[in-house]
Amino acid sequence: MTTKTTPTWLLGDVHVGDTLPELAYPVTATTVVLGALAARDWRPMHHDKDFAVNRNGTRDIFLNTPNQAAWFERFITDWTGPYGRLQRMTFRMLGSVFPGDTMVFRGAVTDTGVDPAGCGWVAIDISLSVGDDAKTTCKARVALPVSGQDNPWRRKGDQWQP
Amino acid sequence: MSGIGVTDIEGLIGVEQYVEVGEFPVEQGYIWTTCSSVENGNPLFWDDQVAKEVTGGPIAPPSMVSVWFRPHHWAPGRTRAALPLQIHFDLKEGLGLPEAVMSDNTMIFHEPVRPGDILRTSQILRSVSAEKTTRLGTGRFWVIDVEYQNQRGELVAVESYTGFGYGRAGSDAADAAPTAGQKTGAGQ
Repeated sequence: MTTKTTPTWLLGDVHVGDTLPELAYPVTATTVVLGALAARDWRPMHHDKDFAVNRNGTRDIFLNTPNQAAWFERFITDWTGPYGRLQRMTFRMLGSVFPGDTMVFRGAVTDTGVDPAGCGWVAIDISLSVGDDAKTTCKARVALPVSGQDNPWRRKGDQWQP
Repeated sequence: MSGIGVTDIEGLIGVEQYVEVGEFPVEQGYIWTTCSSVENGNPLFWDDQVAKEVTGGPIAPPSMVSVWFRPHHWAPGRTRAALPLQIHFDLKEGLGLPEAVMSDNTMIFHEPVRPGDILRTSQILRSVSAEKTTRLGTGRFWVIDVEYQNQRGELVAVESYTGFGYGRAGSDAADAAPTAGQKTGAGQ
C-alpha cells in the first residue's frame, strides 16, 4: 500500500494562545504497574501498595516519572501528528497520581519561532491535574514543518538545535 | 565509588563518570509496550510505511530514552541490585542524606533512537548547593546530567535531573512522602 503522510500542522497554522485538545484518563493500578514495567522501573512503590503506604507514606502506588514523560509525549504528538519532533521537555513534580484519580492534561502554546538553522518550533505549557490539583507541570518545545516540503526529522548535526 | 564526601564535590563537578553501555539493544517490543501503556497511537511507532516516509525507518519515542539505560533487575553474577543514576546514590551516602526526591527533569532530544541501537551513557555532576532547609528537611540540591550516545558516537539525548537529598524534619512519615517526581530511591 502506498500512502503519503502529510503534516497535521505547519508552523504558520499555530499561534500563541492556541490550546491543545484536553486529554482525560482514569488511572487504575494497571495503568501504574504497566507504565512502571514498560519503563523498566522495578521499584516497589510503583507496584506494591503495602510498600507505598507503609514505607513511602503515600496513599497508594503512584505513577512513575518516565511513564509521565511518555504520557506528555503522547499528549503533544496527538496534537502535532507524526511530523512533530520533540526538542525538549522539562517537568516539575508537584504531587503524585494514584489509582482512582482521573488525570487531565491541558496545554497551550506560549511561543513560536524559527531557529538560526531554519527549524520551526512551538513552545507549549502543559499541566497534568487531578481535580483542582496540578500534579505535574511540563514545558515542552516541539519542532513543526515550516512548509509542506519541510520535515524536522530530516535535520541532523548543525541543522538540529533542540 | 562508595560515596562522595563534601570535600570531593568541587573536583567532581563537570567530570564524566559511570560510562556504561546499555545491557540490551533498543527493541521494538518495549516500544510497543510503552506506547500501549499510554495509548500512544502515533503511526511512527506502529506503521512501518509512515516511519519510512517521515523518519527514514522505525524509531523509538524520544521520551523513552532512559528506558534503554535502566539495568536488569537481576543478571548472572550480579550480587546486588544495579542502580541507575549512581551519582545520586553516591551523594546521598557520601553526604549522609538518607532521603531524596527528584524535583525537576529536563530531556533534550538529538538524533532519533532506533531499534537495534545500543546506547552508551555517562553521568556528570553539574552542581551541589549549600545546605538548605525545605518542608521535607535539611539537605542539599544537586543537578546531574546523563548523556546518551548511540553506537556511532552520535549524541541522542541529554537528561538533567535536579535532586534534593535530605534528613527528615520529623518522625511523621507523611512529612517525607515522596512526590511523583522521586525517581531514584527516596524511601528505599
